[in-house]
This record gives sequence, structure tokens and C-alpha cells, in this order.
Amino acid sequence: MPANPSTENTLAQEKPSSSADVPIELQLYAIQQKIQPRAVHGVFANWRIALVLLTQALYYGLPWLQWDNRQAVLFDLAARKFYIFDLVFWPQDFIYLTGLLILAALALFLFTAVAGRLWCGYACPQTVYTEIFMWVEEWLEGDHLARKKLDKSSWTAGKLRKRGLKHAVWLAIALWTGFTFVGYFSPIHTLAADTIHAHLGPWETFWILFYGFATWGNAGFMREQVCKYMCPYSRFQSVMFDSDTLTVTYDRSIGEPRGSRSKKTDYAAAGLGTCVDCSVCVQVCPTGIDIRDGLQYECIGCAACIDGCDQIMDKMGYPRGLIRYTTENVVKGRYPDSGILKKIIRPRTVIYSVLMLAISGAFVYSLATRVPLRVDVVRDRASLSKETDEGMIENVYRLQLINKDAHPHRYTIQAQGIPGLQVVLPSQKITAAPLQTIDIPVSLVADPVELKGRSIAVSFTIQSIDDPRIKDDVATRFFNR
Amino acid sequence: MSDFTSDFWPIYISVLTLLSIIGTWMFLRKQTTRKLAPGEKPELIEHTWDDDLQDLNNPLPRWWLGLFYGTMVFAGVYLLLWPGLGNYAGLLGWTSKGEYEAEVKAAETRFQPVYAGFMQQDIPTVAADADARAIGKNLFLTYCSQCHGSNAEGARGFPNLTDHDWLYGGDPDTIVATITSGRGGMMPAMGGALGEDGTREVANYVLSLSGRKHDAALATAGQARFAENCAACHMPDGTGMQALGAPNLTDKVWLYGGSEAAIIETIAKGRNGVMPPMTQTLGTTSNQQAKLHLLSAYVYGLSQKQ
Repeated sequence: MPANPSTENTLAQEKPSSSADVPIELQLYAIQQKIQPRAVHGVFANWRIALVLLTQALYYGLPWLQWDNRQAVLFDLAARKFYIFDLVFWPQDFIYLTGLLILAALALFLFTAVAGRLWCGYACPQTVYTEIFMWVEEWLEGDHLARKKLDKSSWTAGKLRKRGLKHAVWLAIALWTGFTFVGYFSPIHTLAADTIHAHLGPWETFWILFYGFATWGNAGFMREQVCKYMCPYSRFQSVMFDSDTLTVTYDRSIGEPRGSRSKKTDYAAAGLGTCVDCSVCVQVCPTGIDIRDGLQYECIGCAACIDGCDQIMDKMGYPRGLIRYTTENVVKGRYPDSGILKKIIRPRTVIYSVLMLAISGAFVYSLATRVPLRVDVVRDRASLSKETDEGMIENVYRLQLINKDAHPHRYTIQAQGIPGLQVVLPSQKITAAPLQTIDIPVSLVADPVELKGRSIAVSFTIQSIDDPRIKDDVATRFFNR
Repeated sequence: MSDFTSDFWPIYISVLTLLSIIGTWMFLRKQTTRKLAPGEKPELIEHTWDDDLQDLNNPLPRWWLGLFYGTMVFAGVYLLLWPGLGNYAGLLGWTSKGEYEAEVKAAETRFQPVYAGFMQQDIPTVAADADARAIGKNLFLTYCSQCHGSNAEGARGFPNLTDHDWLYGGDPDTIVATITSGRGGMMPAMGGALGEDGTREVANYVLSLSGRKHDAALATAGQARFAENCAACHMPDGTGMQALGAPNLTDKVWLYGGSEAAIIETIAKGRNGVMPPMTQTLGTTSNQQAKLHLLSAYVYGLSQKQ
């Protein structure tokens, strides 16, 4: 749908000569208009506050949590070990990240199909940090009218003080956010001590400043520009809408024709709808659109206009819901609002849900039966096989064993595939410390009588002596002479 | 320093690079605004197709334009600080060689303290230390296992390092010398001197030395030929000579195979075994000696455990 570029936005000032023939210059890049949204209170605003507090308590708090004498959640990139509470993931466990991302994508699809851009409106970091930064703005610079006035005013000492204070608080939040982010990758207690003593490494310093700067810039300045021009999700989320998706909708059928009126007027008799044209829905919009023009790609589904409109409707004594979460089909009169709930279950949502359940099930099953042991087998390449003094055929392998467990283990190594196959180990005691990788040279010895063919499939079975559930099988080949 | 073949190319590249940056800058400036023709509506760009299909001006934000200029500023700063413009070295004086040397130095300082303790100890002591053996094993798997095998038991033509049988001697100093300078084990071809029958006789005598199954008549005939042709290196009793690396023929260890046919081949055609000197391979840093020390201790320890 085409957006309406406002003329004042895209036109440069006309040249002083007021001749009508002078061509005007068209700006091919729009100058960003600062949006100062009016604060709003209501059900959906409260939901957003709750989600801001919840997500941020989680984000800022989690890295400080200790677990078994280590940080509960730590992604140690240098050591390539990823700790999440009891679980320790290795680079070989990358498949779990893939599973998690697929689950996250499916959840996004499902929520979007049911109720539109819920993620954008309530949980996206861009929304959340913008919200926090606007609280600071409201607190230090006043409401939207005061802020607009301040924007226009010249640089007095008062403005300088207000702005300076605002940016100081913003930067403090932003740096704390950057610090916390780095704290997920570098032990946060050490990081805190290093920060206090100005002992930070160059990369830690860089990333704290980088994420701090990104938070400050995105939440303080870019705001809706990120959603409108940069975010890929915002564009493809709209593709997941259908006619039964709940979206923030202005109901023309009851709102139009709009117009101002006295509270006492019988608007129906005067030929008016319930929209009093107060423009509150426009004033509260963080992306600066008019929801009454219909569904637009700029709408992040924050429902601020619903809260704003409901307040006005209450004041006027009209029923709430002129702007509400509803579906295209309701607005078109295909079924009443009460039918929405039944429409939530439809092929699209069922497919998403079934996929999500199946993948979650596989994910949980795989995690629950995960064995904290991994073995890779590497054949010696220089000599494929050799004959021992006894006339047996010997192949040499190197087993790379990773003990992913938090406890040391002692293992037995067996091999199958050829009758009478013997395993020759350098030492009978194969032990690995917690989270240790060891190399074990091992040779397999077989009687040539039993060897059918040039290359025979064999497999090693490595099993912990103290916990028989910890077991891994690896397949390899045994070469005849 | 310069990798260019003539003085023309650095200038050519610099001019091309700078012209591209300036050209993009000018192009972008030109594309920022557009004069409207008289009567043209500002919100429409271009005309109307198919009666009602119109191309609206839905402009990108101005900061987006700033990103384009940002890349050009970045390019300018980059070209000032790092090499990029022909022969110009950049203000930071960065070179890939310098970076490599810095990394080597960092590695040296990191591992020096680990190695320092072991350097104070003699090889048998180091060989008994579990931590040293773990390091030695990694070194062995990196530098030696290609020929001697992951389990150090060797292969045909490559000695087993875990038995007690040493071609050149198994004391610590000899092991260090072997790794440092390598070895060349040369057994000359004796086929011409001995003839076909003579070779078979000597082979049967050699088999008899280690008590293997042999033809007694041939072996008796071979004894004299052995004393004449082989004893200079392998000693009259066949126990070999470590100074030359001549193998002991009275044990049951066979580097190239112990069957009659394999022994005949060895005698007739000779053998040429090469162990390359490993010092260069072990690195050129000051840690080289420490690696040699730990590796020697590991190899020494391989045959001491049993």
C-alpha cells in the first residue's frame, strides 16, 4: 500500500524568488520527523510495562546467577563451551541452537497468525528499550507537549541541563545494557571487578561501548526508523496475516462519519459515528501513523491507540472498542467479535502448533537422553594396515574422546565387526577429567582368516565404567592387507 | 618491500581507488534531490502507466544517505591508517609479517613458564611426569605419528618406538640426537656380490640367528658368507652396531619384514631408511628446545613403562 509522503516532508524550501515557474526541488531522501508520542495508560500499556519489567529482569539478572560454582548462563567463546544451568554445550551440539531458532521462528509465525505483531508491540528489544528511554524522557523533560516545545526552543542553559541529564541517564542505561550483554560471554563477576579497576581487555571495552552505543542510538534516536526501514521481521510478519488474524483495527462501520460534537449530542441522530476526531490515536502512536487509514506496514501492533481511544470513549460515555483487536472478517461483517475465538483454530495455526509441538518434543527428548560423551575416530593414514610378527592384521586408529560431563569418568573400549577382533590400548586405564578431550591411540588386531574383503565395517563402543548409560558408538573401516 | 613489478601499478591502483570514492560521492550528491518539471506533482515520480498505475515518491530516510557517506569516510580513514593505496604503508605501519611475529612472541611468553620447569629436569625425570607426558603426546601426535603411527608402534620401514629395540640406541642423549639431526640407515645392496644362491644362504643363516625355522644346510653355507660380507656392520655374532644403525639380527624385530622372501629382498636390493631432522619442523622460536626436550622425554618414556 502506498504511504502518503507529506508534502512538507519531501519538499525543500522554495527559492526566495516567488515566481511560479521556478522548479521546486524534490528531496529523494526524507528528513526524519521527530515523533513525540503522548503517554498512554490502559490495559495494553500495562501489559507492555509488565513485559518490559519481565524481560529486563531476566536480561539484566540472569548473568549474575551462580550455579554449581560457576555462572549459570555463560557462553564461553574462547573455550567453546556454552553453559546453560546444568547443561554444557559444545560446538558439536550446534544442532540444538538450530532447533531453538526453528522453534523461535515457528512461535513468531504462530503468534503473528493469531494476533499480529505481538512480538513487535510488547517484547522486541527495540520496543522495550524505546519504552524505557521514553519513561526517562517523560520523567526529565515532561509530557509530549513539553518535549515538543523543548525541541523547538533555542539552546538555553535550562535546555542544556535537561538534555544533558537525559543523555546521562540514557547513556548509563545503555552502558549497563552493553556491560550485561558482554557479561553473557565473559564471566560477569570478573568483568565487574575489571570495570571498576579499569582493567578491561580491549575487546571487552570495545563490545561494551559498541552495544552501549547501539542501545543509546536505537532506543534514543532511531526508534520507529528501525521498524520501518531496518527490520526484516516487520516486513515478513505482515505476510503471515490472514483475514482471521487479530490486528489493531479502527472499526469504520461504527466510527464513521467522524466529527467533533458535544457530549450531550445524540450523535446517531446527527448522522455521526462514534469517532469524535480527537486525534488521540495519532498522538499516542510511536510510529506516527493514523490507524484510521487502515492497516499499515508501519503499525507495530503496540495497541497504544486502543488504550487512548478507550479513554476517550469512556469520557464520552460511548462503548469501548472503536479501535480494538479484531479481524478483517469481523470488520467485513462475516462473523461477530464473539466468533473470533473459534477462528483461532484454523489450518494455519494448527500446522504451526503441530510443528512446534513435534520439534519441542524432539528437542526435549534429545536433551533428556543426551549422553555427555562424544567420540570421533581418526584412522592412521600413513599405513592402512600392517602384519604383526604373529601374522595378524593390525589397523591403528586415534580415538578423540570428549568427556562432556561435569564428573571424571573411566571408560572401556570395545570393538565389533570381525570375529575375534582384539582391541589393543596403550593403557587399560582410560580416564578423562570433567570437560576434557583426550586422544587415545588404539589398534585393532584381526586374524586374516576372518577378513572377508579389502575393507570391513567395524565399530568402537566406548562406555563409562561408573555410569553404563554414558556410551557412544563410532563406526569406521578396517583394512585388510 | 613492494610487490609491484613496476612503478606504474601502485599509482594506477591509487588513482583508481581514489577516483572511485570521489566518483561515488559526487554521484550520490547528484542523486539526493531532483528538480521538478513545471506542473509535476511532488509526490509522484515519473508518469502514469496504464491509466492509473503511478509511481509514488516514497523516499528512504535521510540518515540512510548518511550511511552511504559513512562508508566513504570509513574508506578514507582506512586507507590513511592501513596499507591500501599502492606503496603507501599506512600511518599504523601494519604488516602481516609484523602481526605474525607479534603472535609468535605472545605464544612464546605464554608457554615459556610452562616449559621452564621441565627444562630444569633431565629427560628420565620429565618422562615420569604425567603433565609432561600429556604435552609430549600432543607433540608426538602432531609431528611423529604420520610415520611412527598414533600408537608409536611404527609400520613396515618405520621403527616401533615402544619395544626395547633401538637401532641407534635408546638413551636420552641418543634420542635427542636422532630427533635433532635425523638418521639415514643405509644397507647396501648385496645381491651382486653374493649372487642368487649366496643371498639365499645368507638369508637362511640370518633366520637361524634368531632361532627361526630355516634350512640348516643353507644356513651353514651362509655363515661364512655372512662373516665375509655382513659382519663388518652387523658384527660377527649378528647383534648389530648402534653407531651405524645396523640392526640386531638376533632378536625377532624386523623392520622390513621377517619372512625368508623379505630378508632375501633386503639383502639383494639393500634398504635406505630415512628419519628426517625435526628441529626446523618443531619451530623456529625459543620454545623449540623445550619442545625437543619434552618430545624426547615422551619417546624415551614409551619403552620405559613396560
